[in-house]
Amino acid sequence: MKLDSQIPSGPMAEKWDRHRFEMKLVNPANKRKFRILVVGTGLAGGSAAATLAELGYNVDCFCFQDSPRRAHSIAAQGGINSAKNYQNDGDSIRRLFYDTVKGGDFRSREANVYRLSQVSVNIIDQCVAQGVPFAREYGGQLFNRSFGGAQVSRTFYCRGQTGQQLLLGAYQAMSRQIHTGRIQMHPRTEMLDLVVVDGRARGIVVRDLVSGQIQSYSGDAVVLATGGYSPVFYLSTNAKGCNVTATFRAYKRGAAFANPCYTQIHPTCIPVTGDHQSKLTLMSESLRNDGRIWVPKDGGDRRAPGQIPEAQRDYYLERKYPSFGNLAPRDIASRAAKEVCDEGRGVGDGGRGVYLDFADSIRRLGEHTIRERYGELFPMYQRITGEDGIQQPMRIYPAPHYTMGGLWVDYNLMSTVPGLFVVGEANFSDHGANRLGASALMQGLADGYFILPYTLSNYLAANKQTPAPVDGADFQRCEADVHARVNRLLSIKGKRSAQAIHRQAGKLMWDQCGMARSEQSLKKALNEIPAIREEFWKNVSVTGGNGELNQALEYAGRVADFLEFAELLCHDALDRDESCGAHFRIEHQMPDGEAKRNDEQYSYVSAWEYAGDDQAPILHKEPLVFEEVHPSVRSYK
Amino acid sequence: MNFTLHIWRQKSPTDAGRTVTYDARDISPDMSFLEMLDVVNAELIEKGQEPIAFDSDCREGICGSCCLMINGIPHGPERGVATCQTYMRVFRDGQEIYIEPWRARAFPLLRDLIVDRGAFDRIVQAGGYVSVNTGGAQDGNCLPVAKTDAERAMDAAACIGCGACVAACKNASAMLFTAAKVSHLALLPQGQPERRQRVRNMVEQMDREGFGTCTNYYECEAACPKEISVQFIAQLNREYLAGCLEGDGEK
Repeated sequence: MKLDSQIPSGPMAEKWDRHRFEMKLVNPANKRKFRILVVGTGLAGGSAAATLAELGYNVDCFCFQDSPRRAHSIAAQGGINSAKNYQNDGDSIRRLFYDTVKGGDFRSREANVYRLSQVSVNIIDQCVAQGVPFAREYGGQLFNRSFGGAQVSRTFYCRGQTGQQLLLGAYQAMSRQIHTGRIQMHPRTEMLDLVVVDGRARGIVVRDLVSGQIQSYSGDAVVLATGGYSPVFYLSTNAKGCNVTATFRAYKRGAAFANPCYTQIHPTCIPVTGDHQSKLTLMSESLRNDGRIWVPKDGGDRRAPGQIPEAQRDYYLERKYPSFGNLAPRDIASRAAKEVCDEGRGVGDGGRGVYLDFADSIRRLGEHTIRERYGELFPMYQRITGEDGIQQPMRIYPAPHYTMGGLWVDYNLMSTVPGLFVVGEANFSDHGANRLGASALMQGLADGYFILPYTLSNYLAANKQTPAPVDGADFQRCEADVHARVNRLLSIKGKRSAQAIHRQAGKLMWDQCGMARSEQSLKKALNEIPAIREEFWKNVSVTGGNGELNQALEYAGRVADFLEFAELLCHDALDRDESCGAHFRIEHQMPDGEAKRNDEQYSYVSAWEYAGDDQAPILHKEPLVFEEVHPSVRSYK
Repeated sequence: MNFTLHIWRQKSPTDAGRTVTYDARDISPDMSFLEMLDVVNAELIEKGQEPIAFDSDCREGICGSCCLMINGIPHGPERGVATCQTYMRVFRDGQEIYIEPWRARAFPLLRDLIVDRGAFDRIVQAGGYVSVNTGGAQDGNCLPVAKTDAERAMDAAACIGCGACVAACKNASAMLFTAAKVSHLALLPQGQPERRQRVRNMVEQMDREGFGTCTNYYECEAACPKEISVQFIAQLNREYLAGCLEGDGEK
């Protein structure tokens, strides 16, 4: 396997322009002769499918949900960044680029990030044109707020429902193309394998989740927009359906998986209440704009928060990071919370929580302004916890939230399998070792609206392909594999639910490979995962049959993939013997507990190649070169 | 807490279907309604019995997947929440709970508590968008939108497409859903060029799908997890009247 990042030459600011000019075009009359398969209908997949169809390509689009409007992008609350500089506070494309590279702890590709910053301004224009109801000033202009890790106000938002409104924009653009017949939509359909013909991605095998029918689709290229893999930890803020299956199947068919150990923990989630918990709920970290984070100075202080005088509170983020304070980046804020809880100063039942206190902001701005600014968030908190976040401080704790790792892609968003493109959270490219707030929506839409449509056209124009009929040998072999796997799951008839095994494996991953990792903990995880996997394949209970709507079967298939993928994640975390961004190896920290990077040895992207079921994966390294931003110690003090 | 659940089980669209009674034991009041069902399902699976099929995904009230009729009320007794945001602390210990799917001709049942809400997608496909291609949009600030208009459009756009409005309505009307999308776009300058034909096309599709008509009971608003106001139905009626009286593109 050879990694060629395909980064265009020339000055950073001109790379994308130059590349766009140099790429080949497909004649308008020829576009209708191509068929593109898009898997996933979140921001990246939805925007890609709509835009490709607008250009004239035929698109088959797949999602496991009952409607393309429900993908998990919908749950993003806080906002979307753009280098518009509408607030005249010194923002620019270069500053957004710089912040993103720095925020990613110098583990992302400069050229990709620069392009992301460039197209960020087009995204807002496009979404406004679609009718996305962004927050406005009284004069009718777009409103902005600042967001975790940024010193400028560049975040656009729609109350606490920005992801929903952006997704509905993309969904509506898709709906228009479904109406014209350019997009064939396949809801309740799950991709279970990738079909590679003569070294190129030419199709997928799917299961119709209603009828159970397993069938193949053939196309000229395949686009995966299947999101991240946070539920490898079982409890995360992701939707119940989020899974690694599509990307992991592609990995097994030859696509390299990059940086799986970069998993982001979100600092502002509602703490866990018990074993029954099926997921964790995130509250937008925009709350950190007006909330102050603290714990009691003394461990074991069990007084109600209102009874603890100022002098006995520790506003630890403000204390440790005076210039960023409560807006310190996610990984720093998350680890600081873990630290104070490990010291026994955590609050709430179980002591895994810290206060997020709005009292000062309410005094300054009034309760009405605070409630208006955060819309749904206060009622949501009250509903889940039974407490009012205005009357007393909220309790928060970090939870797995986003995964920066994903399938390796080049500058054209193409994986190591020619013809297999990967967009949005499913790829690895833009966020390095840590993603800044309000950047996920930006990346998903950048990939789908403004990057993939160009690079995919170039691929189609440059590669003449013959038709790949679904009754060909490669398709038949993949279909047979999928059938065999489904039948195997159904034939075990064991005693434990897939959920119980998933919970067990997830807890192992969270304890040994979560917010902090060590050689010892990772070796322990690597040692224990195969046993859990063995238990799964011996003792899982999957009821019902294949030829029907069978949620137990769907879920068991996803858990099976997580149990293999978890091992890959730990291999990567073990190999990366440094701390960077969200990847914190306790062996490598500064005297004050900050992540300590090792640029000499680890300034590379880890791209893992599948080598067979009983083989260790093969590591390939893409060196990272920094021409514009000199890697420095990331300081938020 | 302990509960007796009476749950609609139906293996396939053609199966007759029936109510089956289950016990839910040792339920924590901090569990969400769906987590309570997870517990029941895990027990069924471990006994080798088929779990109760129900839709859910984000489990934080925004994706619109979950759709259970709980004791005759869509999404359960609490106002302004989806099923996934209903917590067991709102029920009495020992209570009997009836759980059914959405019932509407336009939402055919697939299995147990899962229905096909594709009709909603087709209503949007008929015109619930601004016809703008990617690229070439003017600068976002070239189109000022009064804050009050933007806020009101957002009130309508908050719809999660769950179908509770249809399930609550004795006519199985989709007026609130359709009204929300029509109003969102009619309130914004971006929606003006297609305003008239949009409302006609969406209403015609709504009728084709077999939804009933609105007779002003307002059950939809009471059931809506996003508390979308029936005032938008009044707006839909005005828009539709104007759309029918005025030809395409003429004022």
